[in-house]
Parts: sequence; C-alpha cells; structure tokens
Amino acid sequence: MRTERRLRQPRWLLVAVPACSLVFAFFASGVVLLATGHDALSSYRLIFDAAFLNSGALGQTLIAATPLAFTGLAAAAAFRMRLFNIGGEGQLYVGAITAAAAGLYLGGKGGPSAFAIAAMVAAGCAGGAVWGLIPGILRAFFKTNEIITSLMLNYVAAYLLTYLIFNTQSYWRETKGFNATVFPTGKTLPDSALWPGATIHLRGGIVLPLGAGIAVLVAVLLWALYSRTRFGLEAQVLGDSPRAARYAGIRTRRKILAVMAISGAIAGLGGASQVGDFRHTLDADPNGLQKQYYGYTGIVVAALARYNPFAVVLVAFLVGGLQNAGNTLQGADFPSGLVGVMQGIILFSALGGELLVRYRVRFGRAAESAIPPATEPAA
Amino acid sequence: MNNSLLVVVLASGIAYGTPLLYGALGELLAERSGVLNLGVEGMMLVGAVIGFWTVQRVHANTGLSLAVAIGAAAVAGAAMALIHAFLVITLRASQIVSGLALTIFAGAAGLSSYLGNDLNLADAPARNQFHPIFPASVQNWPVVGPILFGQNVLVYASWACVVAVSLYLTRTRAGLNVRAVGESPAAADAMGIKVVAYRYAHTLAGGAFAGVAGATFTLAITPQWVSGITGGAGWIAIALVIFAFWRPALCLVGAYFFGALQALSPQLQAREIRLGPTELWTNALPYVMTVVVLALVSSSGARRRLGAPASLGLPYVREER
Repeated sequence: MRTERRLRQPRWLLVAVPACSLVFAFFASGVVLLATGHDALSSYRLIFDAAFLNSGALGQTLIAATPLAFTGLAAAAAFRMRLFNIGGEGQLYVGAITAAAAGLYLGGKGGPSAFAIAAMVAAGCAGGAVWGLIPGILRAFFKTNEIITSLMLNYVAAYLLTYLIFNTQSYWRETKGFNATVFPTGKTLPDSALWPGATIHLRGGIVLPLGAGIAVLVAVLLWALYSRTRFGLEAQVLGDSPRAARYAGIRTRRKILAVMAISGAIAGLGGASQVGDFRHTLDADPNGLQKQYYGYTGIVVAALARYNPFAVVLVAFLVGGLQNAGNTLQGADFPSGLVGVMQGIILFSALGGELLVRYRVRFGRAAESAIPPATEPAA
Repeated sequence: MNNSLLVVVLASGIAYGTPLLYGALGELLAERSGVLNLGVEGMMLVGAVIGFWTVQRVHANTGLSLAVAIGAAAVAGAAMALIHAFLVITLRASQIVSGLALTIFAGAAGLSSYLGNDLNLADAPARNQFHPIFPASVQNWPVVGPILFGQNVLVYASWACVVAVSLYLTRTRAGLNVRAVGESPAAADAMGIKVVAYRYAHTLAGGAFAGVAGATFTLAITPQWVSGITGGAGWIAIALVIFAFWRPALCLVGAYFFGALQALSPQLQAREIRLGPTELWTNALPYVMTVVVLALVSSSGARRRLGAPASLGLPYVREER
C-alpha cells in the first residue's frame, strides 16, 4: 500500500470522508460500549433523545453549544493561519473575569441595561484578546512556540480565577449572606446586567440565548474577514507559506498579533456569554467553568469543522448535544466519561480521514521506472 | 530539625515531583524522536486507573501485586500512545490536534473516568500501596533521612530511569539514532535508520512512562482513585521537558523544583506564613516560569545549542522529502 498526494481535492470527498469518519466513530464507540457490557444501540438512542428530542432538550443543547461555538471559532480563526492557539480555555476564563467585573460595576450603577451588556461584551473581548496577545507577542517577537505558551497560560488563568473567588478581598467574591460564609461564591450580577434570551414556544420552550446569536454573528464576520478581505487573504498566505508572505511584503508580526488578538477576543466573548447568559456570577463551583473544558473541546469542534466558521457553528451544536446528553444521562446505565470517549473517537476518525482527503491510497507496488500517472484529468 | 519548612518541602517535593519526572522522561523520549505528544495527561490518567484496578483485583503478596500493577499501568499508557503514534506517524495527522484529542479521549472527562466509574473504583483505599523502604531509624536521620531515605521504591526507580535514559541517548547506538531521527529524519532515513519504527517505539515508551507516572498517584501519593486525579501534572510534564532543554538530568531538577512548589503552599498555610497570595503564585509559578524560559531560549541560535529536536512536530513522508 502506498499513498500519493492529491493535486486537487474533489468536492464530494470533502463531504463523504467526514460522513464515513462519523459512521466509523459510532461503530468504534459501539465496540467500547459492548466491551464494557452496555447495549450500544439503545445507548445511542438514549443519547439522541436526550440531546435533541426530549422536552426541553434543545434548550439545554443550546446552552452547551454556545460556549463551544465561541471557543471553536476562536480556534478556527487562529488555526487557519497555522497559529496553534490552544489557549482558548484560559482566554475564556479571563474574558469571564473581565466581563463579570464590567457587569458587576456598571449593572450596579443603574444605567440602561443595553449599556451594561455592551460593556460586558467589550470587556470580555478585551480580556480574552490581552490573554491571547501574550503568546502572540512572544511568537511575533521571539519566535516562541505559541502551542506551549498558550497552553501554560491556561493554567495561570485557571489559578487566577480560583484566586479571585477564594481571596477574601476580591471584588468578585460575595461577602454577604449565610452561604457566602460557608463556601466562597462569586457575587451575582445585578438584573440589569443579565443577558436577555428569546423564547421560542416549541417543545416545552426553547430559550435562544443572546450569546448564541452573537456566536452566529461572529461566524459570519469571521467568514467575511477570511474570504472577503485583504487581511484574510494575507493571513492565509502567511499560514500556507511564511516565506512567500515575506517576499510579498506581508507584515508577519502584525498579522500574528492581530490573529492572536482576534482569536483571544472570540474566546473571551465565550467567557462573557458564560457570565452574562448562564452563570450570572464568576463561580468557584468545583464542577463549574473549570471542569467544562470548553477551550479544549472548542479545538475539537474547530478541527471537525475543518476550520470553516459556519461548519464550526453546526458542529458546536452537534457536540453540544452530545455533551448535554452526557450530563443528563449520567448515572448507572451511562457512566460519566462516555461522552469524552465518544468525542475522542470521533476526532480520531476525523483526523484519520483527513489522510484520505489529502492523499490517494493505491494498493500494489509501484513500478520503479513508471511515470507517475496523472492524478486528475484536467478539469 | 526534620520538621523545618525546608526539609518537609524538599521531602514532599521529591514525592510530588516523581510523577512529573516519569511523565517528563517519557515525553522527552517521544520528543527526541520528533513526536510531540500533548496527550500526556490522558495517558497518565489511564495509567492511574488501570494501575489502581490491577492492585484491587490481583490477589498476590504486596510486592508482586504492585509490580504487576505498575506493569499494567505502563502497558495501558503505551496503548494510549499507540493511538497517537498511528495517527501522527502513519496517517500524518496534526500532532497538536491528535495529542489534544488523546487527552480528551482518555482524560478526566473521558476513558479514565469511564473506566473508574464503570469498575466502581471510587471511595476505596488501595489494597496495597508503596511505602518508604528504609527502616524508621534511617528515615529519622537529620535532614537527609526524610529527604533521601524516606521515599518509596518508585522514587529510587525514577533515579535509575534518569541515568538509564541519559546513557541511552548519549552512549548507545540506538540512542544516537533516535536523536538523528528527531533532528533530521531524511538524513537518518538515508543512513538506513528505520524512522517510522524509531518514532513508534519511542512514542510508545513515552506512553509507558506516562502510565507509570499516573500509577504513582493512585498507588503511592494518594493511594486511591478519584476522577482526574493527576490534576494537570501531565501538562506540567510537557512544560518540564522544555524547561529541562530536553536533558534527562535537568528533568529531575525541574521535577523536584515544581514538586517542591506544589508542596510549599499547604506547608506555608499550615505554618500560617503569609507571603502574598500564596496559593496563586505557588500554583501558577511553574507555568509562568516555563513561558519565561521558553521565551528566553527561543532564538534560533539558542534553540540549536540547547537541543530542541529540529524536526519536532513534523511528519516524515519519505516520498515528499
């Protein structure tokens, strides 16, 4: 068996390969389920019902999907330029911290609600962008590998978040009330800083959170940025061939800084949405923000979507459904951890399938002297 | 004297540093062959759960059951690494995405937690665990007693591993070949070195070390299983490899330094010593220092001197070189 690079990737393959990967992934997860003594088919049925069909399921899926859309878009924005920002996790935390500060401060002042919410959005973007710019600056000016630095900063952000909740003098910490003396909790946002949602009266009521709308808007903007502007073109040239980009006079450092800032800002928005839409506080719950791995799962989402912004939104919805099912079903028949196993298997198969998109697999030995056959007929 | 802050912190720093050391040695082997594996945390967690399960199920004398458990943890870690190796070496997938996928697949919200819950491992102490091997009279020697002689056999074995890996990389034919594969796979291939075989072997060895690292938590440090027991040690191990400039001996120093930082925070609290936001800086310092060190050494000249494998993270395709 040998492989050769495809000169042109046929369109049908871009759909067929992911579809086959998905089928294979469900097959492989089924093997894991059977090996541990669970009925695979009925488990899948349970997952599907809990994710999309049961009363109230869609609303919960949207809640799970919204942060994944943000972190997925953040990863897609950077990975497209071959900037491997895996700091989405930390950028989301910092965005949550800054947005919570803005919400607590402005919401308490009694100004208009829209103003407080806009300020939270801006603060979340700014916080995430700053956290993303640290590895960006190191990469642009010292050529430091952004993979490791952005990863390390995730942990710094996580400890910062914990510290801000557990420190008694922290602005974010609730000091009044009985519960606050028993266990440290974050201050709850004032009502005027809560993000509104649109309710659809269907299947037990589906709340469309403001964050989900913003995520779709960001996807559109990101698509426009990368495929309709000079900036996007230059960023992609830089990603594909840094040398060619230099010859073309593209300013490498500026691009790196801009892309890392954009990526961080999107992840930070995800943090702002967590605070404004869902949690309404900077929480220290052991099963809270830090145990959700939104940032890392976002990279999975982006990779599955092949870094296409619209596909990210769709994949985020599907993966969100899987996560939601995992949370709802957790129990004796459905050990926790199964969802992570399935996500991993899906991603492994998608990664493996990439090979079939990029390469043509041929069986049998190549004749040593033969001229390589033309891979594609001229279109 | 043996209760002084320094002695206590150093002694428990060595204990906490041991899983970091095993994990870092494994990652170092993989990276020296050119394979970056970000799945260390996942491999550690699977090693932790399998090692613990083995000890609970194997009914043999203490020494034998612990030895079998460590072996099982190593095999489990290597099995996880095999997935990564197949994807990135044979299928040429992105090493970053594949490594993260491995951590998601195997990690705290994945296989390790699934196995632990499915096998009902929570809420029970380990039937057997590693104890300090020297008699109490020796352990009570001033200063060196707790630090050097108060440790369990995994700690001493890790020192042997540091020496072995160091000698392997610098003094054996195979070790030199690994370094060649990590620096320039095309040149190594032209010399007749089997690039794919070397990369597979060292990625698997890295997984085995990570598995042992995980078992260190469940069989020596905590002696019990809880979901996500390693608490990010796998990521510190990855940082440590860079921090140590890809040198085994420096891994040991770094591991104990980071381990001591972890031990420092509870000790300072217990002694009511306030040094600013202690929990924040003791926990975050390893990560911040790694970022700083990485930034300082990342000019290309320094990188060549300090030994980052030149082909780290790049797939090798013979037909496309």
